[in-house]
Amino acid sequence: MAEFWELIREPLFIVLKIVAIVAPLMLAVAYLTYAERKIIGYMQVRIGPNRVGPRGWLQPIADALKLLMKEIIVPGNSDRFLFLIAPMLSLAPALAAWAVLPFTDTLVLADIDASLLYILALTSMGVYGVIIAGWATNSKYAFLGAMRSGAQIVSYEIAMGFALVGVLIAGGSLNLREIVLAQQGSLLHWFWLPLFPLFIIYFISSVAETNRAPFDVAEGESEIVAGFHVEYSGMAFAVFFLAEYANMILLATLAALMFLGGWLSPFEGTWIESWFTWVPGVFWLLAKTSLILFFYLWLRATFPRYRYDQIMRLGWKVFIPITIVWLVVEGAAVMADIGPWFD
Amino acid sequence: MDRFGNFLKSLTLREMRKGLGVTGRYLFKRKITVQYPDEKTPQSNRFRGLHALRRYPNGEERCIACKLCEAVCPALAITIEAEERADGTRRTTRYDIDLFKCIYCGFCEESCPVDSIVETRVFEYSFENRGENIMTKEMLLEIGDRHEAQIAADRVADAPYR
Repeated sequence: MAEFWELIREPLFIVLKIVAIVAPLMLAVAYLTYAERKIIGYMQVRIGPNRVGPRGWLQPIADALKLLMKEIIVPGNSDRFLFLIAPMLSLAPALAAWAVLPFTDTLVLADIDASLLYILALTSMGVYGVIIAGWATNSKYAFLGAMRSGAQIVSYEIAMGFALVGVLIAGGSLNLREIVLAQQGSLLHWFWLPLFPLFIIYFISSVAETNRAPFDVAEGESEIVAGFHVEYSGMAFAVFFLAEYANMILLATLAALMFLGGWLSPFEGTWIESWFTWVPGVFWLLAKTSLILFFYLWLRATFPRYRYDQIMRLGWKVFIPITIVWLVVEGAAVMADIGPWFD
Repeated sequence: MDRFGNFLKSLTLREMRKGLGVTGRYLFKRKITVQYPDEKTPQSNRFRGLHALRRYPNGEERCIACKLCEAVCPALAITIEAEERADGTRRTTRYDIDLFKCIYCGFCEESCPVDSIVETRVFEYSFENRGENIMTKEMLLEIGDRHEAQIAADRVADAPYR
């Protein structure tokens, strides 16, 4: 008995930790949709959902229940296996990436050395879900949508990768925890300041990566309906939805970790620092992530959709050159030991 | 120089920031939503909703079956059949309005010489079965009886402008 316990103890704890990460994440996704509807509503001088529960707080729960009860329709000429596995393929990487995200100095599921590389690899995997969904549906609309978002995700992956290279140079490590620790000092020590153009490019690319407005050409109501997930309904659709929002939260958390000092207090190094020592680091990380998520919603409420050739132009002809130029500038700064970041 | 200025403008996302500023301001504006079943917008006394046939105070129906409304109706929604009543007066035996055809223009009300057919302020109604869209004479008279006070008040309020 004791031996058996020894055998399963380690995996059991890992599973419990995974649940402790994924369950709040699912809740966060649900309430991100609520926040999105509410904030966009407010920006359009409306009040948004307010009928289900007090002030509409139960709206996401009602939506989830509705999607659970609906039938999953599999189109007749589709590839049934691929059709059903595609949503899982897009959700799995979005969840798996959370394994290496450090929530505080010590709170991380898997503190591996090359966590940044791991994340880069996993976020690129998400495009398989999209392409396979579009292909398996066997519909022109879904296929065109999948092609569009596939091409878009691949293009912006490059600019995003270059932005991460900048972080890598400044942090001097591929480990996310060490990248955050390299930003210690004060608000001005965080990487958003020396890497400002890369920060902006990372942010905009992450909007494009998640196929959100103004880069949401994958779904054009008047031309290709809902893009790669036209034929999906019920839970199969909900999983795509979950993947998109989990990805949003993932990329926002990454931005907070890499550019905004992760769990470090924004008052570090100022005279009021001691007032906030009781605040746990996770709180700062959550606050920074929420701020970036708010920007995602703000962008969606503000900008009309880009034309497809404009998206490609922005990705290839603007972002990639800028990142390369800034990598050269950064390299020079490292050579010259320009402090406090590069010494 | 102008090209350089434009380049700088787009590089610093100037227009984007302006747009974000607008939506950012609107985030804090007062919301103008009317929460319909709980709150309602005010109605004009000329509101043209569901139809009604009126009666005189002594209970006699006003309609004399002149068929002017039937003639003026642009959507051909009104069907009237008339006969002589036992007391020798001309009355309708049938007065149907097809609410699917009706465009609520109010011409029937304008044409009526005895203020019989009117459009009321009632606009919250629905049909659950086929055929319920045809309003018969009895139904129209019943609606008129129910809302007579409001109908009369609205005509009085509008009288100075006619």
